[in-house]
Amino acid sequence: MSAVIEEYHHDHQHGPDKGILRWVLTTNHKDIGTLYLWFSFLMFLLGGSLAFVIRAELFQPGLQIVDPGFFNQMTTMHGLIMVFGAVMPAMVGLANWLVPMMIGAPDMALPRMNNFSFWILPFAFSMLVSTLFMEGGGPNFGWTFYVPLSTTYGPPSTTFFIFAIHLMGVSSIMGAINIIATILNMRAPGMTLMKMPLFVWTWLITAYLLIAVMPVLAGAVTMMLMDIHFGTAFFDAAGGGDPVLFQHIFWFFGHPEVYIMILPAFGVVSQIIPTFARKQLFGYDSMVYATASIAFLSFIVWAHHMFTVGMPIAGELYFMYATMLIAVPTGVKVFNWLATMWQGAMTFETPMLFAIAFVILFTIGGFSGLMVALVPADFQYHDSYFVVAHFHYVLVPGSVFSIMAAAYYWLPKWTGNMYDETLGKLHFWLSFIGVNVAFFPQHFVGLAGMPRRIPDYALQFADYNMISTVGAFLFGFSQLLFLFIVIKCIRGGEKASDRVWEGAHGLEWTIPSPAPYHSFNTPPRDLSDAHS
Amino acid sequence: MDKTKHYRWLIALWLLMTSSMAGADWWDVNLREGVTAISRDVYDLHMTIFWVCVVIGVIVYGVMFVSMVLHRKSRGVQPATFHENTHLEIIWTVIPVLILIAIAWPATTTLRDMYDSGDSTLDIKVTGYQWKWQYTYVNDDPAKEVEFMSNMLTPPDEIENRAAKREYYLLDVDNPLVIPTDTRVRFLITSEDVIHSWWVPDFAIKKDAIPGFVHTAWTIVEEPGMYRGQCAELCGRDHAFMPVVVRAVPPDEYETWLAEQQAEARQEYETMEKEWTREELMAKGEEVYTQSCANCHKANGEGIPPAFPPLTGGELTTGPIEGHADIVLNGKSGTAMQAFGNQLSAAELAAVITYERNALGNSVGDMIQPKKVNEMLSRAE
Repeated sequence: MSAVIEEYHHDHQHGPDKGILRWVLTTNHKDIGTLYLWFSFLMFLLGGSLAFVIRAELFQPGLQIVDPGFFNQMTTMHGLIMVFGAVMPAMVGLANWLVPMMIGAPDMALPRMNNFSFWILPFAFSMLVSTLFMEGGGPNFGWTFYVPLSTTYGPPSTTFFIFAIHLMGVSSIMGAINIIATILNMRAPGMTLMKMPLFVWTWLITAYLLIAVMPVLAGAVTMMLMDIHFGTAFFDAAGGGDPVLFQHIFWFFGHPEVYIMILPAFGVVSQIIPTFARKQLFGYDSMVYATASIAFLSFIVWAHHMFTVGMPIAGELYFMYATMLIAVPTGVKVFNWLATMWQGAMTFETPMLFAIAFVILFTIGGFSGLMVALVPADFQYHDSYFVVAHFHYVLVPGSVFSIMAAAYYWLPKWTGNMYDETLGKLHFWLSFIGVNVAFFPQHFVGLAGMPRRIPDYALQFADYNMISTVGAFLFGFSQLLFLFIVIKCIRGGEKASDRVWEGAHGLEWTIPSPAPYHSFNTPPRDLSDAHS
Repeated sequence: MDKTKHYRWLIALWLLMTSSMAGADWWDVNLREGVTAISRDVYDLHMTIFWVCVVIGVIVYGVMFVSMVLHRKSRGVQPATFHENTHLEIIWTVIPVLILIAIAWPATTTLRDMYDSGDSTLDIKVTGYQWKWQYTYVNDDPAKEVEFMSNMLTPPDEIENRAAKREYYLLDVDNPLVIPTDTRVRFLITSEDVIHSWWVPDFAIKKDAIPGFVHTAWTIVEEPGMYRGQCAELCGRDHAFMPVVVRAVPPDEYETWLAEQQAEARQEYETMEKEWTREELMAKGEEVYTQSCANCHKANGEGIPPAFPPLTGGELTTGPIEGHADIVLNGKSGTAMQAFGNQLSAAELAAVITYERNALGNSVGDMIQPKKVNEMLSRAE
């Protein structure tokens, strides 16, 4: 018997399979991380092209390029693809690559499920995108799909949209279970929770958020499905249902969802800033507690997205106060990053540039977030372009910049090669300028009264929309440069050292560059360098 | 040398930006103060929180830029080793809490004022439809109840760039809502199809119009004038094309206007009683069709299948007239076909039904009288 086991051990491959099946059948966390990242980049370009359609139509007042019905499909698909296809899978991809390496584990805890949770996504998004070619068009009711516009008045393809959402939810939940199982069970001996790198902490908390709210979303779309096909009236006022109930359920999912997209970003930035400031992260403990507080608060503030639905004053006040509270832990985080930079010895390589831009621009999104939290003022801001500016500031120079920072920061570890620093900086500056030119003027038109989700607008909004479109195209096309830089880095370049960055701390920097296919077959013993 | 060049460029860019900002009209980039006590409170709250953010921003970004300039490796500095400071952390937790309390106070009082609806002199029901607003001046005496639809006035030629865009492009309607100034007006806001949102920035009112709910909002407008807004909640294809226009007039002028409207309503009632000729019905029908039906079913009746079926040679439009009228009056549940029974007058309904059966390539030959439509309507009630 034992001879058989020995033989099996000798046959075991310690490298990737060859060909396409490597990617289809892989259970390796690095391969799956790579798949997630490429998939999300593809979705980022696709969602970006839809944004191009939107911004091109809004370049001038009047209808030039698309029909209003198609425009609505564009805004809807842009939102869905960017949220569920670009940002979330990119964060999961980073977790796949980094969590095992950061905690000294050989792989994720549930590798086969890991494969499954990725490979659901291409099917889910093929189905979602295919609705654009169906009779009656794709979803045209906004990514928030408020009833009854999405039920009674929705296109026939809504059923496919619902199924696609179900699939994405299954994928996210499996990914989250895997991450929790990995972090809680597979840390190297001696790595207590409070010794974990902050990226691992933020993802642990994010994973709990995902498990808590993705089923809520699944419930909401299932009730829609029943209303559409099986004669129920959960959300149909004519049948005794309640359209506002849908919004409560949606935002009970939706608000934690926005933190799902930003908490891992906090983690990334908390890894990068100490490295390039050559100084330990300020206030590690308070960072962890702040993350946990934000996650907790995210469950009890959902109706601040619904201040205009006619809640009683007690409800409005409660949700306003609870929302304002979020500013406190968020402020703590920003101050901690600032204190980490203070009296450091900073250098400004591309990851650091993106991380600093993250802190600056995310804070702008935070300020406008504080403004929209105030109910009386929100009556003016709500559903205007001011809100569009607000959430794009937290999502694009927020989440997306953190993902780019992460890509530049860990690319040398992933590929073994340094990326082209000059091109990286060029990419940063083009993105930085593009993002601000695209989204800052949207504050102005929003305050001046331009509603969101419109294909045509009154003449006084013309100038700033034109500027915004120019910025959006600049930002969009700069991402092709990013693609070029990444490919160039994969194909070659200056060899990276194991440590890569002078000030880098963490277990992932103790293994060779590129990281071997299996990183920690035996748990690392020396944890003195486990977090910054 | 190289460095200073950079800075010079930055300064030039900054000057360019600020000068273009200075050239812009302030109201193109900021909230409007509006014309009610509430809207001014909201504006003040907005400016307060804005300046609070600016001050915090200047401090935070200031510290950050100082740090980026001074604490860089190229200056040969050695990194410090501190990584916590309990006092500092307590301070920057407590100070934001205090600031938040200071802001929450005016926000709360303003909100309380907004919710204090009290007795109103005038109640107006605002009903959202895809894609227009209906205004009903609620009156205990049904004969005196004034009700009309408010449709966007901007013609397709301007939207599709075939004609020059005039002032108030997309912000002009055929029948604005008319309200008296210095009077407490209450709006009862609801919807007959999807969710809309009734937004008048100058009154700081934005309230969702939700089917099955009636929400209230109120205002006391201080200055006569035209106040323009738009539907704020995505409500389908023509969401961008359902403006809200309110004309505020002095109370005596309002009374005159209301009396005229009531007289017209009585006249309308009388036309319903009379027997119409086919020509009259067809002429009126074409008018109504263009305004209320052509958007979905198209000017020539071909529709946009499958969502909007063709009327030319359609099963209903060529079948029994009662069935046809039933759908026009009561809508078809589960589809985008609205119930026009409470949007159009009996005469308009009779006209458009007759028109659909005898135009658009159909020639059924029959017609329906307003009186008959009215019977169907009252039966439904």
